[in-house]
Amino acid sequence: MKYLILKHYRGGPAPAVDWAPMDEWTPEEVDAHMQYMSDFAQRLVETGEFVDSQALAAEGAFVRFDGEGRPPVTDGPFAETKDLIAGWMIVDVESWDRAVELAGELSAAPGAGGEPIHEWLEVRPFLTGVPGSPE
Amino acid sequence: MNSALLRELVPAVIGVLGRRGADFASAEDAVQEALIKALETWPDDPPHDPKGWLVAVAWRKFLDATRAEASRRGREVAVDAEPPAEPGAAADDTLRLYFLCAHPDLAPASAVALTLRAVGGLTTRQIAEAYLVPEATMAQRISRAKRRIAGRPLDRPGDLATVLRVLYLVFNEGYGGDSPDHTDLAAEAIRLTRQLAALTDEPEVAGLLALMLLHHARRVSRTGPGGRLVPLAEQDRSRWDTGLIAEGVAILQAALARDRLGDYQAQAAIAALHADAPSAAETDWVQIVEWYDELLRLTESPVVRLNRAVAVGEADGAHAGLAALAEVDPGVPRHAAASAYLHERAGDLERAADLYAEASRAATSVPERDHLTREAARVRQRTGR
Repeated sequence: MKYLILKHYRGGPAPAVDWAPMDEWTPEEVDAHMQYMSDFAQRLVETGEFVDSQALAAEGAFVRFDGEGRPPVTDGPFAETKDLIAGWMIVDVESWDRAVELAGELSAAPGAGGEPIHEWLEVRPFLTGVPGSPE
Repeated sequence: MNSALLRELVPAVIGVLGRRGADFASAEDAVQEALIKALETWPDDPPHDPKGWLVAVAWRKFLDATRAEASRRGREVAVDAEPPAEPGAAADDTLRLYFLCAHPDLAPASAVALTLRAVGGLTTRQIAEAYLVPEATMAQRISRAKRRIAGRPLDRPGDLATVLRVLYLVFNEGYGGDSPDHTDLAAEAIRLTRQLAALTDEPEVAGLLALMLLHHARRVSRTGPGGRLVPLAEQDRSRWDTGLIAEGVAILQAALARDRLGDYQAQAAIAALHADAPSAAETDWVQIVEWYDELLRLTESPVVRLNRAVAVGEADGAHAGLAALAEVDPGVPRHAAASAYLHERAGDLERAADLYAEASRAATSVPERDHLTREAARVRQRTGR
C-alpha cells in the first residue's frame, strides 16, 4: 500500500516544539539534520519501501478558471495564514501502522542541540486499491 | 557487445534509410525498433556485421510500417532502390541529424529528447528514466517533435548555436546527478560533442567540448557525503581528473589559436584557470576577471555580470566586488547568494547571514538549498549570536 508523507512549511496542528529557524542552528546541527533525512531515505530504498521524494519551493500560487476568454485567477504568493506544503515522501509499505511508524521516525530528525524537532507530518493513503476487490 | 558501439551506429543507419527514400520520422522510428531488438538479441547472438544487421532490420521495420499504413489508405508502396553511397555520406548524415534534431523551431526539451534518441541512439525508456518522466510522455514528446520538423530539408546546415545549446543542456542535466542506475547524461553529452567536433571545424564546438571536459574533471569532488554540495574553493583538488583537464586545456588552446573567440571558449578559459590553480588561494583571479570582460563583450548576459562581480571580489577585494554587484539586476538568479558571499568577505556578517537565508529560500535545487542553509548557519554562528 502506498502512503504519502507530507511535510508542511506551515499549517497543520500547533507545533509540539517551537524550534528555531535552521539558519540559527550551528552548521553541524544543519549537517546532522540533512544526514538524518538522507540516511532515512536510503534505508527505505534498502528495505524496498521507498517510492519517491520531492521538495517544493516556497513560492507559488492558487489558480482557478475564471470563465471563457478570461485569464485564470491567481491567488498568491501564499499568504502567511495559508497551509504550505514543503515536500513529500511516498512509501510503499505493508500497513498503515508501518506508514505511521516511518513518519514518526522522520519526525524525530534532529534540530538545534541535537534534539528531535517533533515536526508534524501528514500521512495519507493512496486510493490505489483494486476496484471491486473485497478488501 | 558494447552498447556504446551500437549507439554510435544509429545516426548512420538513419542516414542509410533516408537515402533509400524513407522520411526522417519513419526512418527514426524504424531504427529505434531495430535498436531495441539489437539490445535484446545481440548479447546472445552477436552479428558479424552490426551495421548491416541494423540496416536490414530497420529497413524491414520501415517497410512493414509503410505497408501497414499504405493498406490502411488503400495505396501501393513505391520505395526507391538505395542510391550508391558517396564517400563520407555517413559523416554528412550524422552532421545533418544534429542540426535537424536541434532545429530552432523545437522547444529545448523536445530538441534534447530527439537528439538523444536519433543522434545518441538511446532508447525512449532510457531518456524517460534520465528525465524522470513516464516513458509514454517521452515517446509523445519525441513524436510531436518529429511532426513539427516534418518536411524540413535535411540538406541545409542549420543553426550551430542551437545544436551547442542542446548539447550543453544535456550536459548540465547530467552535471548534478550521479545515479549509477540512470544513463550518464554528462558522459553522453561529451560523447556527442566529441563526435560533433570531429565532424566540424568550428572553434566553438571545440570550446564547448573543452568546457565540458574541464567541468567533468571535477565531478567526483563536487559532492560530499549524503550528496552534499562542495563549493569549488573547498574541493579536494587531488581528486580532480588530471587527464581530462590536460585534454580540455589542449583542445581549448588549439581552438583559441584559431582566433575566433566565442562564449564557450571564453567560459572554458575560465574553467581552465580554475583547473590550473594548485589551490583556491592561488587562483589567477585577475585573468579570470579579464575573461569575464571578454565574455561580456560577446554576450551581454546578467548572469555573466553576476559571476564577474564575484571574481572582481576575489581579484580586487570584497568592496570592489560589491560595487560591481550593485550594477547587476537583483532579479538575476543567485544574486542573493553572490551578495551574501561578498558581504561576508567584507566583514558584514549579520547582513551576509540574512542574505544566505534569503538565498536558500530562492534556491532551485535541494543540494543548493541545503548548502545555502548551512552557509547561513555558519555565518550566523560567526556573528556570535
